[in-house]
Amino acid sequence: MSAAACLRAGSRALIALLAGAVVALAAPTARAMSIERVVSPGGIEAWLVSDRTLPLIALEFAFLGGSDQDPLDKPGIADLATSLFDEGAGPFDANAFHDWLERKAIEMSFRIGRDYLRGSLRTLSENRDEAFDALRLALSEPRFDPAAVERERAQIMARLRRETLNPNDMANRTWWATAFPGHPYGLPVNGTLESVPNITIEDLKSYTRRTLARDNVKIAVVGDIDAETAGKLIDRAFGALPAKADLRPVAPVVPQGLGRRVVVPLDVPQAVVEFGGPGIARSDPDFMAAYIVNHILGGGAFSSRLYLEVREKRGLAYGVSNSLVWLDRTALLLGHTATRADATAQTIEIIEQEIRRLAEEGPTEDEFTKAKTYLTGAFALGLDTSNRIASQLVQMQTDNLGIDYIERRAGLIDAVTLADAKRVAKRLLAGGLLVTIVGRPEGVTSSESAAGGSPGPLAKPRDTPAGRETGHR
Amino acid sequence: MLHKLTLAIAAFTGAVLAGPAQAGIGPQIAHFTLANGLEVVVIPDHRAPVVTNMVWYKVGSADETPGKSGLAHFLEHLMFKGTAKNPAGRFSQVVATIGGQENAFTSADYTGYFQRVPRGELKQMMELEADRMTGLVLSDDAVRPELNVVLEEQNMRVGNNPAARLGEQMDAALYLNHPYGRPVIGWRQEIEQLDREEALEFYRRFYTPNNAIVVIAGDVTAEEVRALAQDTFGKVPRVADIKPRLRPQEPVQEAPRTVTLADPRVTQPSLSRYYLVPSSTTARPGESEALDVLAHILGRGSNSRLYQTLVVEKGVAVNAGASYDGTALDNTRLSVYATPKPETTLPQLEQAIDAVLADVVENGVSGEELERSKNRLIADSIYANDNQRTLAQWYGSSLATGGTVEQVRTWPDRIRLVSAESVRDAARHWLDQRRSVTGYLVKDTRPEEKRS
Repeated sequence: MSAAACLRAGSRALIALLAGAVVALAAPTARAMSIERVVSPGGIEAWLVSDRTLPLIALEFAFLGGSDQDPLDKPGIADLATSLFDEGAGPFDANAFHDWLERKAIEMSFRIGRDYLRGSLRTLSENRDEAFDALRLALSEPRFDPAAVERERAQIMARLRRETLNPNDMANRTWWATAFPGHPYGLPVNGTLESVPNITIEDLKSYTRRTLARDNVKIAVVGDIDAETAGKLIDRAFGALPAKADLRPVAPVVPQGLGRRVVVPLDVPQAVVEFGGPGIARSDPDFMAAYIVNHILGGGAFSSRLYLEVREKRGLAYGVSNSLVWLDRTALLLGHTATRADATAQTIEIIEQEIRRLAEEGPTEDEFTKAKTYLTGAFALGLDTSNRIASQLVQMQTDNLGIDYIERRAGLIDAVTLADAKRVAKRLLAGGLLVTIVGRPEGVTSSESAAGGSPGPLAKPRDTPAGRETGHR
Repeated sequence: MLHKLTLAIAAFTGAVLAGPAQAGIGPQIAHFTLANGLEVVVIPDHRAPVVTNMVWYKVGSADETPGKSGLAHFLEHLMFKGTAKNPAGRFSQVVATIGGQENAFTSADYTGYFQRVPRGELKQMMELEADRMTGLVLSDDAVRPELNVVLEEQNMRVGNNPAARLGEQMDAALYLNHPYGRPVIGWRQEIEQLDREEALEFYRRFYTPNNAIVVIAGDVTAEEVRALAQDTFGKVPRVADIKPRLRPQEPVQEAPRTVTLADPRVTQPSLSRYYLVPSSTTARPGESEALDVLAHILGRGSNSRLYQTLVVEKGVAVNAGASYDGTALDNTRLSVYATPKPETTLPQLEQAIDAVLADVVENGVSGEELERSKNRLIADSIYANDNQRTLAQWYGSSLATGGTVEQVRTWPDRIRLVSAESVRDAARHWLDQRRSVTGYLVKDTRPEEKRS
């Protein structure tokens, strides 16, 4: 990677890994920081960026094993369990626990995804010992008190009721259910109105016992803390967990229903459209080329092909975008838009046309070059808070990218040639799309599978969706 | 775009920097005004070689002419359509090529544009923003599709969302006379009629350096920014005189209002209430801070009165809370809300909410909950230092609504001074149903042919 590319990118995590001379060039006023691999006295690994500028510490972590661990007939267990970790733990009931956290301004949260249980902690330096103690209790001694379980269950049920007739949720759920029938990925992460009432406290404990273990977690710490203290506090928070996880194996899978359109009628003025097909695995040598192609088609910037064709030229939608999604047992290209009823057919047609055109002709030299500089720069510019940096360090671990990835990243992008991009555009975009539509679209009807589920090579990637970007201005 | 300001409690949580415990580590904020009237705020943050450039115009939907609702927001969209010097798409292309972030937002009181870029690109961002401050060129070909984009945005945010439709009706009912009663995005039939000429006329009236605030946060010094600002924004001539922002004010409100939105797509009913209360700009000294603390004690998080009583103790709700949005030029709202359990009716829920509010009005708050809330609010301001955009937003939104840099800086000190008496007094005075609207979101169960 060229030094120039790095300079443009600029971030503290990035600067960290450059050679001294380059750091000085990059920004004389920026602090040099480095990512350290810390192994706690108890043997748990964490990545650390020590930065004493502000009196706060951010911790992010991920346990392998999310809603993919839910039984097919009982989705929602992992989600409900996760919502209860801070609702009473150790000697504290829910009220006492929340009172403690707020008094000390400790922010603790957990969220479930298809493959991972993720967590986040933020504390002022002066309260760090108590913050890590509180996290230990939440992870190792959650109480699952019946009253708290019923409270959280009621909240999830209320959310599920809202989602039943919300067009965005309906389009999304229909997409995943159609793409992955009979597989945990086809289930809604937060369960269903039928399954959630049947979840028992034993289900919650069993998921927690099997998933939260020392051999199963990736951790990153950023902020006002040194390596030695970080090691001790990591043991304090995670050391009481069992040594080994006991996860249910989940089979690799490819999306089904390519070529199909599924319309779910709902009386709303705007039709919501979800489209997607097979992606490219994070570990695949073509991943970076696919990342570039994805960006050119409909990535985050206000200059993608879909943005220009659907929004700028024709005003058909407020947002239209797509992103690469990489999960542990599959990889996807997923997109989203929303448009008025009488323009739905036209909008889908334009999207499909643009996808076809990019698959056939590939990107132009100009957009290819611009996409590379965008993706090189945007990575570091997106790291704008301590928790976001920590979160990226966790992602690098779950993706198996290595602690020097940030140093190598610009070079990996740079190494992709236009010929690679053209070849990969074909590979990524020629597979056909599953499109789900919720609303009263004119001229669009449900169809049977035209292409069938083309059995592509099985994905063997690791990890979770890259965040989807939609809606601008 | 942001609807009103969603920072809720954040209101004036700006600075923090100044807390005694944090002495010496907060950024040294600089604030100056150029000869053409443009205000500049510099928030140094040297942790990474990155900078956030924000331009705030002191104009929002409440400054629109009646009948032209949505114009401020529509113009925000059109500001991306280019100038003579930098034709359509060039600005965004420059930002995209360097991997920068950009966006814009409109509220009732202000319109803002920002980019986050490597520090070396700051001057170019300032040049591009200075260029579009008065140089916008609009063709009908650019305007027409953008109007459709905005209509789709309205569908996405409001048309497709029963709760948002209820929110619009509640604002309209809360404000009997003030333009805060209009949606920021506009009423649909009025958006449909907006055109190029009106947008340009609005632009010429309000987009001028003497009506703008530039906030630069990041790896810069005040001296650098001053020089850059003079070279870029400093060269933009004043093109309009700005009149005082005197909007029609609320009369004495005498009657509680209720609004019910029934829609067949409502699967989970809910209830919310807005009270008309002073903003940080219209409040008497200390009053807005007391409302910050009151809203926190009433309804932020699991320890709050509403959550504890309705969700934990009585078990009549699945969720409950409150928020106060103090960053506004004119009187704003304090809102409370709850989602009932299936076996709870909305009247039962409302009774339970009223009992919680009445208790605070009658008996005030405890010393313990006062301390816990104040500590938590002050910690927010320390955490804010970790996010350039948050800091820039606090300063920009405050200055655009009549606040000062000093007020933002000293907000934590003023929160420390809030007493249990002032919280009780605020509750007594402002939780008055005659100045409120209560909204019910319910399922429409009538057969389809009976619905209009």
